[in-house]
Amino acid sequence: MGFKNYILVCGGTGCESSKSDLIYKTLIEEAKAQGVADQVQVIKTGCFGFCEQGPIVKILPEDSFYVKVKPEDAKELISEHVIKGREVTRLLYNKTPKKPLEQVEDIQFYQKQLRVVLRNCGVIDPEDIDDYIANDGYVALEKALFEMSGDDIIEQVKISGLRGRGGAGFPTWMKWNFTKQAEGDVKYVVCNADEGDPGAYMDRSTLEGDPHSVLEAMTICGKAIGAHQGYIYIRAEYPLAIHRLEVAMKQAREYGLLGKDILGSGFDYDIEIRLGAGAFVCGEETALLQSIEGHRGMPQPRPPFPAVKGLWGKPTVINNVETWANIPVIIAKGGAEFAKIGTQDSHGTKVFALTGKVCNSGLVEVPMGTTLREIVFDIGGGIAGGRKFKAVQTGGPSGGVITEENLDTPIDFGGLQRIGSMMGSGGMIVMDDSDCIVDVAKFYLEFTRDESCGKCFPCRIGGKSLYNLLDKITIGNGTEEDLEELKTIAHAMQKGSLCALGQTAPNPVLSTLRYFPEEYEAHIRDKKCPAGKCKKLIRYAIDPNKCIGCTACSRKCPVGAISGELKKPHSINQAACIKCGVCRQTCKFSAITVE
Amino acid sequence: MAKLSLEELRALRAKESARLEKRDIHGKRVHVVVGMGTCGIQAGAKVTLNSIVDEIEAKGLKDVIVTQAGCQGRCDMEPVVEVYTPSLGAVAYGKVDAKLARRIVDEHIVGGKVIDDHRIDLEG
Repeated sequence: MGFKNYILVCGGTGCESSKSDLIYKTLIEEAKAQGVADQVQVIKTGCFGFCEQGPIVKILPEDSFYVKVKPEDAKELISEHVIKGREVTRLLYNKTPKKPLEQVEDIQFYQKQLRVVLRNCGVIDPEDIDDYIANDGYVALEKALFEMSGDDIIEQVKISGLRGRGGAGFPTWMKWNFTKQAEGDVKYVVCNADEGDPGAYMDRSTLEGDPHSVLEAMTICGKAIGAHQGYIYIRAEYPLAIHRLEVAMKQAREYGLLGKDILGSGFDYDIEIRLGAGAFVCGEETALLQSIEGHRGMPQPRPPFPAVKGLWGKPTVINNVETWANIPVIIAKGGAEFAKIGTQDSHGTKVFALTGKVCNSGLVEVPMGTTLREIVFDIGGGIAGGRKFKAVQTGGPSGGVITEENLDTPIDFGGLQRIGSMMGSGGMIVMDDSDCIVDVAKFYLEFTRDESCGKCFPCRIGGKSLYNLLDKITIGNGTEEDLEELKTIAHAMQKGSLCALGQTAPNPVLSTLRYFPEEYEAHIRDKKCPAGKCKKLIRYAIDPNKCIGCTACSRKCPVGAISGELKKPHSINQAACIKCGVCRQTCKFSAITVE
Repeated sequence: MAKLSLEELRALRAKESARLEKRDIHGKRVHVVVGMGTCGIQAGAKVTLNSIVDEIEAKGLKDVIVTQAGCQGRCDMEPVVEVYTPSLGAVAYGKVDAKLARRIVDEHIVGGKVIDDHRIDLEG
């Protein structure tokens, strides 16, 4: 008989940073040491999405879902689970033995999710092409090469209704069709893997968990538009994703799934990787193409669009990783099948990187039309630490905040735009009542200010001016006029900037001004930060009725600003206090107040 | 590895899919649990387990998963096998040797009939 158990160890970057690689190796060693190496196969797989609980280890066929596993737990997993068939309950997510036929999907985190893009993440070994092939891998390529014409392929993508997942939501089939119809013998296919939003890691996880899906999709596009060369532009800060891509490309070439005369069809196609240095602006398609060509990554005026005049002046299709990962499913199952998922406006699913003040941060894939409330509260498990929900930032530095009143808006391209945010690439940062909204806007403007390429002045000067005004407000020097000026500059940037970076950089400012005007007012008029975040506007004090004089805070204070006699109420020297908040974290009697 | 032709790719997929299916719990209709505590193993549960797996493979049954469990508290009746099906619910059998193991696959899982004379009560 073959293997009795299969152990899937998460090999995503998140879990690898908490030693999942060592867990993987230790499991193999333990299986050998305990004499069951022939009964159990240990597989390193892609991201399970439940990063909050990582490192994740899943044992099949029982479908036992082990969380927060440490390398030293490997011995027990082998001796108890594999050899004796007893689940190690202390490591299970819900700490109770599973009922028969209960599945991991029954965990609430997974219940409202639908995995299309991430279909292979946590299922296959991304470094084994046979695993990919086993799970219907390269079925779509077979169809595309032997049964479909270029127009047939584009027709299916059109029927699917797929829209670009990089942020703008442009219909994918139109890009392909424009490029196909453009004049020229040489055409290119490009994968945008320059994921740069703070807190976003959808594309990295897709490439780490399922690199072949992107290779297969790019090859299908090559057939559709008549291109023979593809490029994947990926930031050098993603070493694991790059490694997995390289392994996948090597295996695909060995099988003849890349290279000359693919599967004997007569179609030639190959892919190369281009490493980016991690500039946010290089996620903008024209800047990205400049960077591939070896120039400084600066956006170019459009038109001409890349579909007409792209890489080295040739017609080029450029899509982002998540868009590509949908293509094999659309071609294999048909566009109509795909179009059944989602809403009227947006078909399919969307992957979000759910982070911030939420209980279950992680990688989440839901059908379009799911509400934010379902994502934050059902999947995300609500706000960590029992605090109050304040807002969600979607679309990263180009998006906006979404507040309680809009939590029931179904998520699709149009829906998010109507409430002043945008789909973006899928970063979703949850904020609670301890986050200052002005400070959040300042954080994003600091980011876009630093990442502006400097080519056009509305972005270069506008971004810096917005940042300076926000900074002025957070230190208590803001005036009513500043609010008007913020809006004036923001509108000018939206209208005058060359590329999407500058056009969308003011969005966090405008959306926070729209939904939280009273918080800006509090900073300006009352010189107070309601969230207790802006250091210049807050004051720590000790409540003499609660302080028992234990001296714990005065021993922790890094600047010696707290004084008082033992067993008598202490006090804070406001002139010396640097407002680090350590005293408040230290005090066991809630005697430290913030005003 | 040499380059694949279309036929070779399809043959490879068929082979690899069968391998991947064994790790997949989805769409499985029947769950067989073999008690593999010390008492079970001593009573021959390993032979029982192998017989069940072999018989399922021989019959080409795709929607069955076989897993192990620890001692269920009926050490006197080991090896103990539990079978879960949507129509019959949970049924436990005691003293399951290789022959009875094959009968369970044939009569209970395929035939949909409980083998009454070997049925035991785990709750009692």
